[in-house]
Amino acid sequence: MELVRYILRRTILSTFVVVGVTFLVFIVAQVVPSDPAALYAGPRPTAEQIEKARQELNLDAPLAERFVTFAKAMAAGDFGVSYKSRRLIADDLRAYLPATLELAIFSTGLALLIGIPLGVLAAARQGNWPDRLSSLGSIAAVAMPTFFLAMILQLIFAQWLGILPLSGRLSREISIAAPLPMITGFNLIDAVLAGRIEVVGDALKHLILPALTLASYPAGVAMRLTRSAMIEILERRHVTAARALGLSEPRILFGHALPNAMGPALTVIGLSFAYALTGAVLVEIIFAWPGLGRYVSEAILAKDFPVIAAVTMVVTICYVVMNLLIDVAQALVDPRVALS
Amino acid sequence: MTRLVHRLGWPGTIAFGVVLVFVLLAVLAPWIAPYPGQGAGAPNVAAKLLPPSADYWLGTDHLGRDVLSRVIYGARVSMTNGILIVLFALLIGLPIGLAAGYFGGWIDEALMRGTDVFLAFPALLLAVLMAAALGPGFLNSIIAVAVTWWPWYARLARAEVLVLRGQPYVEAARLAGVSHPRIIIRHILPATGRPLTVQAALDVGPALLTAAALSFLGLGILPPTADWGQMVDAGRKFFPARWWYSAMPGLTIFIVALAFSILGDALRDRKGGANRASA
Amino acid sequence: MPLLEVRNLSVTIPTPEGDVHAVRAINLEIEKGEIHGVIGESGCGKTMTGMTLLGLAPKGARIVADSLHFDGEDLSKNAERLRGRRIGLISQDPAAALNPVLSIARQMDDVLRAHRNMSRQARRAEASSLLAATGLPDPQRVLKSYPHQLSGGMQQRVVIAQALATGADFLIADEPTTALDVSVGAQVLALLRKLVSDRGLTVLMITHDMDVIAEACDRVTVLYAGLSVEVGPVGEILQQPGHPYTQALLAALPDAAPHGARLAAIEGSIPPPRSGIEGCAFAPRCPKAMPVCARQVPPKRLAEAHRWLCHLPASAP
Repeated sequence: MELVRYILRRTILSTFVVVGVTFLVFIVAQVVPSDPAALYAGPRPTAEQIEKARQELNLDAPLAERFVTFAKAMAAGDFGVSYKSRRLIADDLRAYLPATLELAIFSTGLALLIGIPLGVLAAARQGNWPDRLSSLGSIAAVAMPTFFLAMILQLIFAQWLGILPLSGRLSREISIAAPLPMITGFNLIDAVLAGRIEVVGDALKHLILPALTLASYPAGVAMRLTRSAMIEILERRHVTAARALGLSEPRILFGHALPNAMGPALTVIGLSFAYALTGAVLVEIIFAWPGLGRYVSEAILAKDFPVIAAVTMVVTICYVVMNLLIDVAQALVDPRVALS
Repeated sequence: MTRLVHRLGWPGTIAFGVVLVFVLLAVLAPWIAPYPGQGAGAPNVAAKLLPPSADYWLGTDHLGRDVLSRVIYGARVSMTNGILIVLFALLIGLPIGLAAGYFGGWIDEALMRGTDVFLAFPALLLAVLMAAALGPGFLNSIIAVAVTWWPWYARLARAEVLVLRGQPYVEAARLAGVSHPRIIIRHILPATGRPLTVQAALDVGPALLTAAALSFLGLGILPPTADWGQMVDAGRKFFPARWWYSAMPGLTIFIVALAFSILGDALRDRKGGANRASA
Repeated sequence: MPLLEVRNLSVTIPTPEGDVHAVRAINLEIEKGEIHGVIGESGCGKTMTGMTLLGLAPKGARIVADSLHFDGEDLSKNAERLRGRRIGLISQDPAAALNPVLSIARQMDDVLRAHRNMSRQARRAEASSLLAATGLPDPQRVLKSYPHQLSGGMQQRVVIAQALATGADFLIADEPTTALDVSVGAQVLALLRKLVSDRGLTVLMITHDMDVIAEACDRVTVLYAGLSVEVGPVGEILQQPGHPYTQALLAALPDAAPHGARLAAIEGSIPPPRSGIEGCAFAPRCPKAMPVCARQVPPKRLAEAHRWLCHLPASAP
């Protein structure tokens, strides 16, 4: 019962947050820039064109009215038209969002897969070299600028070793000669659905470097959080009891102690997902990944505010929903969360 | 020196030294940089994209400028970026957190829900949106990042105030009829200020990283002023054949951020140790 | 030959402030099929002795013994192999001994999987029958539960079922009733007695409570300051305690004192675990201490089937 009330309360709060987010995006995208009409009217506009744009954008209406119009449009999934390409932004988002989500989900998985076992290992060998080495690695991972790491990985794995592609989402032979049908937009899933297993390998190869880049920071954080949580858990009585019952050490570490560290692990999922969504802006440029990040970075150069606003809205809503799901999951794992 | 090592440990002391060196580089750039003119932006087209050599220790960029001088001059922008971001963020976050924590009730509720909205954004994305709206430039990029940064300080300040508000001397001052602003400034601010300043000092590194990301995206200070993030971006066109152009400023960002992060850990550990000793 | 033979065991833990003598010189002889009590105040080394037998003494502890044998095997070498196979633990606080985030089914299954070569269904059935053997009324429901959904007594029964699941025939029960209500504790003791007679188990019962000794044990070893000071059949020791410390423990029992009279608490405290001991460890607190007690290690005394260490001759109860 508490759980239901907790979920309800969190959902309502999240809804308020989304309204606030919409308002903030509206202010920043439509009020702060000095002259949106001039931008909308295109390069070197005449005074007449600007005036026409003003009317089209309804810039002379009162702020409150403009916000309501904006919010209604957002809620309906109508993000307007790109200043630059004059295409419907909603169409672009449909094409780019899956690419970014695929990258974000894959890198989150990677971060957990790297960070959590390392954290467990570091806690089990506290003070020994595996602990020191992974602690050092996690500090370095946190301090590394994303865009620089991306370039280093490209240099090592694509240029020197030549084992992974430099950039892109699929090889040319596939994307141009025999493109995948767009079903979900997730290449890995679409390839399976289309029954083209060879494409799965190609898509995975393209995913590894950008995902690794995005995973490094959250993996470092995951390692630190897991380590400190595990050190505390390994001192608990039930771990001694499990040892006295003759369970093997790996079984105790991963089967008994680690499930008690689910809280930190869930926190890392949220953090990692958020990091991947924003880091995508930097990483997608470098890896020519056709996602929201590259889309928005091109919009920045063109001062294409509707695009920037739309991407910010969509990504933030993904983020809010993700956080809501994590909070609920946390309450399910540990009922005490819902009571506080 | 030995006292410093004792308090921060070896890694912390080295990190402190690295930070100090970069502060000095920033302040003394015109006297330290081998080619101050190029550091400030003057082109030197005769020496385009030369690899590291005795003349140009870290090579030259696409306008023939000495990368070492550019990196040293870049320290001015990048270090100032980091410091100003946390300073601005403190200026916004501290009063909001103080007010929310001190007055409580609907003021608290309104301020904290507003703060939640800012926290709901993935930080870099909001900064990008802000920076794009304000236009590129030194101050604008700082404001853009500070806008995403202050909610943390507001939360921290509020949490501190909530503890302090119940203290007997605050209660006594209130009963004695001391005005609210006076209580806040005399009793609450000094005690809240300290943990917040420590946190802010630790945040300079991450703030600098975020600012570097913005300038990498072309939303930071405009050329010809040297800036590390922007240098990495400019060098990207020549990477990896002329690797030094991107790699040197990139490595510099990494080293400075690493130093701040290690220093932060050392400070935190020291603080924890003191607490345990007093318990 | 006894099932467990411990002669002159000492466990020393080095710390920056000096060595801690957790166990100084303990002798234990436990026969197969008995419930052997080990009683003493906290800090007397009883839990550390149990942990040493399980090979779970803290890292860096120095363990020295003239003999440390379980069923003919040297525990100083084989404790880790025997732990959970032949030697099991029932720990003090069942709520803390069970993993809070795993279901009972999962925790039972883990133990069975580690020790028995059985199919999934067989393990499930075995888990259920083991829970039933500990007197839990609805094993299927218990299996589906999480620890916090069970009462303290039920939790302790699950812990006992887990120990049985390992197939261990020697259980170390460390204060198994301390965290429970008196009536529930009595039920758990009765269960242990029943399991001993039904399954031929042997139990080492660690406790600070003379009532537990009286209620459940066949023989008892009294510990003081890391030394075993008296050993014998429970009936004899309750009737005619030899060592002044044992006498004091019995005098401190609530029903030993006449109604309304003050409990005879033992004055003073145990010697600090970091210092050495000269003469008799109990001498500073002993009401019958003589000058010799502070200087010389007390000799062994015998009366009927029990033995103790004291300078006073056996005839003076």
